[in-house]
Amino acid sequence: MTTTTLDFDTIKTQEYLVNMGPQHPSTHGVLRLVLKLEGEIVHNVDPVVGYIHSGIEKMCESLTYPQIPHLTDRMDYLSAHMNNEAVALCVENALQIEVPDRVKVIRTIMDELQRLASHQLWWCVMGMDMGALTTFFYGLRDRELILDIFEETCGARLTLNYSTPGGVMFDIHPNFQKRVKDFVKYFRAKLPEYNQLLSGNVIFRERTIGIGYLSKEDAIAWGVTGPSGRASGFACDVRKHHPYSAYDRVSFNEILRTEGDTYARYQARVDEMAESLDIIEQLIDNIPQGDHQVKMKGVIKLPEGEYYQRVETARGELGVFIVSDGKKNPYRVKFRSPGFSNLAALNHMSKGAKIADLVAIMSTLDLVIPDIDR
Amino acid sequence: MAFDIYDFTSLTSSIHEGLATFLPPVGVLIAEWLLVGISVLLFVAVFGLILVYLERKVCALFQQRLGPMRVGKWGLLQTIADFIKLLMKELITPNKADKFLYNLAPFIVIIVTFMAIAAIPFAKGLQAIDFDIGVLYVSSVSSLGVIGVLLAGWSSNNKYSLIGAMRSGAQIISYELSVGMSLITMIILAGSMQISEIIQAQSTGWFIFTGHIPAVIAFIVFLIAGTAETNRGPFDLAEAESELTAGFHTEYSGIKFAFFFLAEYVNLFIVSAMATVLFLGGWMPFHVGSLDGFNAVMDFIPPIFWFFGKVMFVIFLIMWFKWTFPRLRIDQILTLEWKYLLPVNLLNILLMTLIVLMGWHF
Repeated sequence: MTTTTLDFDTIKTQEYLVNMGPQHPSTHGVLRLVLKLEGEIVHNVDPVVGYIHSGIEKMCESLTYPQIPHLTDRMDYLSAHMNNEAVALCVENALQIEVPDRVKVIRTIMDELQRLASHQLWWCVMGMDMGALTTFFYGLRDRELILDIFEETCGARLTLNYSTPGGVMFDIHPNFQKRVKDFVKYFRAKLPEYNQLLSGNVIFRERTIGIGYLSKEDAIAWGVTGPSGRASGFACDVRKHHPYSAYDRVSFNEILRTEGDTYARYQARVDEMAESLDIIEQLIDNIPQGDHQVKMKGVIKLPEGEYYQRVETARGELGVFIVSDGKKNPYRVKFRSPGFSNLAALNHMSKGAKIADLVAIMSTLDLVIPDIDR
Repeated sequence: MAFDIYDFTSLTSSIHEGLATFLPPVGVLIAEWLLVGISVLLFVAVFGLILVYLERKVCALFQQRLGPMRVGKWGLLQTIADFIKLLMKELITPNKADKFLYNLAPFIVIIVTFMAIAAIPFAKGLQAIDFDIGVLYVSSVSSLGVIGVLLAGWSSNNKYSLIGAMRSGAQIISYELSVGMSLITMIILAGSMQISEIIQAQSTGWFIFTGHIPAVIAFIVFLIAGTAETNRGPFDLAEAESELTAGFHTEYSGIKFAFFFLAEYVNLFIVSAMATVLFLGGWMPFHVGSLDGFNAVMDFIPPIFWFFGKVMFVIFLIMWFKWTFPRLRIDQILTLEWKYLLPVNLLNILLMTLIVLMGWHF
C-alpha cells in the first residue's frame, strides 16, 4: 500500500492581476491601480494615471495671467482657493506688487477654511473607505457650513475663483466675520465627536496602527508632503518654513508625528483641523481695513524670467512654475501637484499589506485625481 | 389569574378539518403544503420590504438625515418602487460566466432562507414544522447559504466576486462554529432542541435572565457571530463596497441581485428570530416573579406582537452596530473568531453545564 503525501512546496497560490479602477468606489475618481495580488496580499501596486488629464498646464500657455486661476480651481478642487492663491502670489511676486494687508488676511482665513473643508471631506471619506458609512454624513454636515460661507463671500461653493493677481475678486461680505466666528465656535464643539466616532474606535485603530509605514527618509525621497509627509516626521509645512500671505503673523504648531503609519497620517489631519481653527481665530478679529485689490494694469505682462511660488494646500506642497517671455501669456506653466508625488509612494507603502489596508493607505494619502492628472 | 395564550393550533386544525371534509388525505396534504408555501413566500416578500425600509430609516437616524421621504407618506412605498425597478431591469450574464451555476446561485441563497423560516415560531402553534431537532435544523440549513455565495463568486468569472466569495466562505464557515456553540450552551439550559419546548421552558422567565452569566455571554457571542454569518455590519467583507465594489454579487443585476439582497434581510430576520427564541423567550410575554397584575397586563398583549417586538429589538441592535463600526479586515475577522470567540464559547459551555448540573440557574 502506498501512502501519498501532499507536497506543500508544489502547491502555490497563483499571483494574479486585478484592475482597481478606473471605476472603483475607493479610488475617488478615475484612478486606475493595477494590483498584483496573492490571495489577499498586495505584492505590487502600479498606479495608472491620466484618465482625467485635461491639459491645464498647456491651456495656461494660451491664457492671460488673470485667467489662469480659473483653471487651477479644477485641479485640486478641494483646495481651490490655495490653487488660486498660488498663481496669484506667483504673478504678484513676479511683478513685485505688495498686496494690502486686508487681502493677505482674507486669503489666509479663506485658506484655512478651505483646508478645514477639505479635511472634513477627507475624514468622512476615510471613514467610508474603512466601512463606517456614518462618518460621511457627520463630515458633510460641518463642511456645509463652510461652503455656505464661501457662497456668501464669492458666490461659489467649490470652484471659488476668489484670489486673482493683485488681490481678491470681491470684498468680504458684512456677515463674514460673524459667520466664521460662529462656525469656529460650532466646530470646536464638534471636533471631539470626530475622535469619538472614529479615532477611538477599536476596529479603526486595529486597522490603521502599524499599517502602511513610511519612514522619514522615504517620505523625503518620494517627495511626500503635506499631512502625509508630516506624519512621518518630515517637517515640510510651507506655511511655517516659507510663510506667505499672513502666515508669518499667526502662531500655530506644525503637526509632526513620528510613527509614519496610517493612523499617524489620520491623526495628523485631525490635529491639523484644530490648528486651522486656531489660525482663523487669531485673524478673524483683526482683518485690517483697506482695499481688497491693487489697481492692476489692463493687460498683465510678466517680465522675462522664471518664477516659482509654493503654497501649502490641504494635500501638501503645491508649486507653480511660470516661465515668461515678456508677453501677456506665459511661455510655460508647470504645477508641482502634491497628489502626484504622494501617489508615487503608494506602492512602497502598501507592499505586503492586505487589500483592505491598501484602501486605508490610499485614503490617508487623500488623493484628488484631477490634482494628480491636471 | 392565568390568561390563556391564544394557540394557533386551533386555527390550523380547523383549516385541516375543513379541508378534510372534501379532499382525500393526499389532497389535504398538498393543499396544506401550498398554503404554507404561499404564506412563507408572502411573509418573506412583505417582511423583506419592511426590513429594507426599516434599515434605511434606522440608518438615516444614525446619520442625521430623514431617509426616504418622497415615495408615499414618509417614503413608505420607497422599497416597493425599488423592487419594481429591480424587476424591470435587464438580467446581465457575463460572457465567460458559468451560466448554469451563475443562474443557480441566487436561488440556492433564497431557498435556504425559506427553509430556515419553516422552523421559526411566530406565535404559539404558528410554526410550519416543529422539528424535535429544530435548533439544529435552523443552524444547519442556514449554513447552506454559503454554497450559494461561493457559487455566485466562482461562476461570475470576476476577480472581485471571487475574492468576496472566498472571504465570505472563510468567514461564514468559521462563525458557524460560534453560532453552533452558543446554541449548544442554550440547549444545555433548555434540555431540548425542539423550538416549541425551548419556548415553553421560558414561560417562567426568559433564558437570558434565568441562565444569567453564561446566557448573557452566549447572547453577546451569538449576536456577533450571527451578524458575521449574515455578512452584515462590521463583518461585511464579502461585499466590502470600498474594496471589492460589491463582492460576490458584483455581476448580478435585476431580480437576481434582488434575491441576494432579500436573502440578506431574511437572514437578518432569522438570526434575530433565533436570538429571540433562545434568549428572549420567543413569543412568551415578559413576566416579573409574582407581580400578578403586571403579568396579566403583559399576557394581554398577543404573543405575535411579543415575538415581532423582540425580533425588531434584536434587528435594531444589529443595525446599530452596522452603522457605527468600521469594517474589520479578513485576518482580524478570523482572529476574532478562532482566538477569542471560540475559546470563550467553549469555557462558556463548561460554565453552563456546571450551572445546570448544580442547579444554580433560576
